[in-house]
Amino acid sequence: MAYSEKVIDHYSNPKNVGTLDKGSKSVGTGLVGAPECGDVMRLQIQVDDATGVITDAKFKTFGCGSAIASSSLATEWLKGKTVDQAMAIDNMDLVEELNLPPVKIHCSVLAEDAIKAAINDYRVKNGLEELVFEEKGVH
Amino acid sequence: MLKFPIYLDNNATTPMDPRVLEAMIPYFTEHFGNAASRNHPFGWAAEEAVDYAREQVAKLINADPKEIIFTSGATEGDNLAIKGVYEMYASKGNHIITATTEHKAVLDTCKHIEKLGGEVTYLEVKADGLIDLAELEAAIRPTTILVAIMYANNEIGVVQPIKEISAIAKKHGVLLFTDGVQAVGKIPVDVLADGIDIMAFSAHKMYGPKGVGALYVRRKNPRVKVTAQMDGGGHERGMRSGTLNVPGIVGFGKACELARLELADDAVRLSKLRDKLENALLQIEEAYVNGNQEHRLPHVANISFKHVEGEGLLMGFNKTIALSSGSACTSASLEPSYVLKALGLGDDLAHSSLRFGLGRFTTEEQVDYTIEQITNTVNKLRDMSPLWEMYKEGIDLNSIEWAHH
Repeated sequence: MAYSEKVIDHYSNPKNVGTLDKGSKSVGTGLVGAPECGDVMRLQIQVDDATGVITDAKFKTFGCGSAIASSSLATEWLKGKTVDQAMAIDNMDLVEELNLPPVKIHCSVLAEDAIKAAINDYRVKNGLEELVFEEKGVH
Repeated sequence: MLKFPIYLDNNATTPMDPRVLEAMIPYFTEHFGNAASRNHPFGWAAEEAVDYAREQVAKLINADPKEIIFTSGATEGDNLAIKGVYEMYASKGNHIITATTEHKAVLDTCKHIEKLGGEVTYLEVKADGLIDLAELEAAIRPTTILVAIMYANNEIGVVQPIKEISAIAKKHGVLLFTDGVQAVGKIPVDVLADGIDIMAFSAHKMYGPKGVGALYVRRKNPRVKVTAQMDGGGHERGMRSGTLNVPGIVGFGKACELARLELADDAVRLSKLRDKLENALLQIEEAYVNGNQEHRLPHVANISFKHVEGEGLLMGFNKTIALSSGSACTSASLEPSYVLKALGLGDDLAHSSLRFGLGRFTTEEQVDYTIEQITNTVNKLRDMSPLWEMYKEGIDLNSIEWAHH
């Protein structure tokens, strides 16, 4: 199976690899997937408490090239968005942008799950209730 | 000067040796006859070529030419052997013993036998990939008709103790079938000394053409028969009908002759290269060899790099190095290699494995380049692996509650 140019580019030059301080109140961390499934993503957002804008995003991913590309692209998209706008990111937008084949759609679902998990972590830390998201159930 | 891409997936298939191609060419155009045409020179030329190839193939495994049944490859051979014995020996029993690390061509054929009402025991393997001989013997019943254990494994290269297995089978009057596809032409295989009754093997794994293989069927002590699975003109002593693939068979014969003459030297050279590759890659932190290292094919290595996913790893160099991974991120199930899992490897290690299959045309320069590329890519991917970070922080990954999908 050949990878799209965009997947190869994100894999070769991943954006925003790294770690934010998960103890900080303004950082939300989402850790999704499982080693047994061959995919684990950790996505972190740094939120400006006053404006609700995501000022920084970092990821680390254990997985195939499509999983790495999905999380790399997700961090690019997150930066500059408000938390509310970030919640609207849909996995199919990632699929379209990266030209992921059907067998790799689960990578994009995982990235969307990671975004939502990071947002919920941030909300809980800041005394807000956890949001319940609809299960995509593709993976 | 290195030429890309480098091919290190010789367990999947091998490039054809140019000497094999040369031997085949006249049999496509000039000598195109049907080997079964008994009444004219075209048929005679084809038959003569097939007879000669049959001798070349037989000689490699110390068999009699009459014991060689040409097939389309080892999948057909596996099917013909297992289904053929099941039908032929139905009056004796209906029980077959095999192992969980066999090739799918054996496992799925055994599943088919179960659907037909047969009984199959799937032996577990030990952590090093070898079967337990005591377990094998304990599994034999009065109704057992066949033991089907591969000579060498395609993923990890471990070589089963075939001589000991055949002795146990013989003691209980049970036939031994072995899938020899990875072993024949790579290590010495002697059907008499090894006590093999039936063996499938294939040309394209030993520098011959695709689409041709053979089933060795013993004719003496005991005389073995398999029921044909394809009906027709009664070719190959009635066990495999169908016009013979003459050019393919000629190439197969030549490949067997070359293997017989060059196998020993190839094995010495390749085991040195393999050891160089393996030792260098084991310098990487948290890298592990899968399978028994002593009883192993000389050209194969299977190594897991913890906390790096195999397919992601391959992507780092798949434009320049052709390799295979035990990870199955592309499959719907996301299940990693069943062979590695049968060794008791956790899914995480099974997802992190690479299979190296060196071959006759592998050079030291290629191995050096591969070592460098893999080392760099493993380090790069670990820098972006959350699991590696946790491991380095001393977090027990088993203590984390993962969201299983």
